[in-house]
Amino acid sequence: MPRMRKGVPGVDPKLLIKDAAALLPDPARRHFLRGTASLGVVTFLTGCDIVDSLSAENALRAVSRFNDRVQAMIFQPNKLAPTYPESAITQPFPFNAYYSEDEAPEVDGQDYKLEIAGLVDNTQPWTLDQLYALPEVSQVTRHICVEGWSAIGKWSGTPLRDFLMRIGADMRAKYVYFICAEGYSNTIDMPTALHPQTQMTFKFADQVLPRKYGFPMKIRMPTKLGFKNPKHVVSLVVTNDDRGGYWEDQGYNWFSGS
Amino acid sequence: MTMDISQGSAVVPATTSASTIHPAWVRITHWLNAVAMIVMIGSGWQIYNASPLFGFEFPVQITIGGWLAGALLWHFAAMWLLVVNGIVYITLGIASGRFRRKLFPIRPAEVAADVLAALTGKLAHDDLSVYNAVQRLLYVGVILAGIVIVLSGLAIWKPVQLQELTALFGGYDTARYVHFFAMSAIVGFLLVHITLAVIVPKSLRAMIRGH
Repeated sequence: MPRMRKGVPGVDPKLLIKDAAALLPDPARRHFLRGTASLGVVTFLTGCDIVDSLSAENALRAVSRFNDRVQAMIFQPNKLAPTYPESAITQPFPFNAYYSEDEAPEVDGQDYKLEIAGLVDNTQPWTLDQLYALPEVSQVTRHICVEGWSAIGKWSGTPLRDFLMRIGADMRAKYVYFICAEGYSNTIDMPTALHPQTQMTFKFADQVLPRKYGFPMKIRMPTKLGFKNPKHVVSLVVTNDDRGGYWEDQGYNWFSGS
Repeated sequence: MTMDISQGSAVVPATTSASTIHPAWVRITHWLNAVAMIVMIGSGWQIYNASPLFGFEFPVQITIGGWLAGALLWHFAAMWLLVVNGIVYITLGIASGRFRRKLFPIRPAEVAADVLAALTGKLAHDDLSVYNAVQRLLYVGVILAGIVIVLSGLAIWKPVQLQELTALFGGYDTARYVHFFAMSAIVGFLLVHITLAVIVPKSLRAMIRGH
């Protein structure tokens, strides 16, 4: 399809590529385009150069948003993720993040406060002692990473659903947004926030949640892929705006349900 | 199509002349499947590389997507084409009677004889409208592998919502292996399939223009 390669008359394709690169500050995203274009599959399917491969990426993202809606549709609010005996727990449980284990944020439990914002009646911040005093439940479930591997762990804490009720959250809001100590963030759908196994987690394997697994609090959701389970959560926002997330903004599927 | 598909071979008579080997619906679904399969396999190899099951990775030059997120976008887009096209193909294949006429029966003795004939260069390709026993076995086999790869893929994608299916595959981790081996079977088929299409070019011609 050589005709399409000529591009738009009067427009220097080199400048277009420069502009496109400027829109993609993240090296990984540039890599996505390079890698895609290098095989020529994009060319084969759409007859495109770098400019068109941006539209190919837009088309792929549109399908990904369609897949979000399909996943929301097949999500069953009361279907529980399989649980396992404690003998099935994976040891050692893998550490996984976009930073190394010794770069994990060090949160001071004494100073820690969980900030509450958005569509809730009570935005009073919560200290760790107050959070630890909440009723505790445990689960032994499978953590499934977007990379494909999985590991079984035991998490304890309080159901997020009960906490949202306690703070008078508007349950008709569409999303809950989490901000983490290291700058990580993500947005989840309200039906998942209200799922009985979605948990504000303070313990891993019956011990205070260690730094590497998200001290002082992670949100455990066995109905979602691992990266949708934020660690070191410092802020919780009930909202009708999708505020995206660290990986979601880079092209990972938003819903990422299991 | 307004004709009664229950009449088996009477299907699609308007577009099927005496010399037609592959009716239009076979050719269209074949090439759509080819595109979907290439994208699914190439992006699947990139996804595999994120957490390899075995002690090797696929060279990045033959994968699609550039990195994990890109590969997942391709994989979960092409799956719709693969599944919708596959359902159309299998439905028409059964309803038209084409599967029954072309792919069955498969007799072990004939398969053995045709394998021997193929290896000694004596297998005839005079009549492309009749599949030999090896072809029948491989075509039925690859259709079954296609069904297994879709079901095991669903088991990996939705191990909570479709946990009964995942359990049927022996759990999440085992389903990944099933998915990998189904891919291997399909790639193995493709190597033979493409080699033979090159050796017998009129078979490729028939899949493009119908005769």
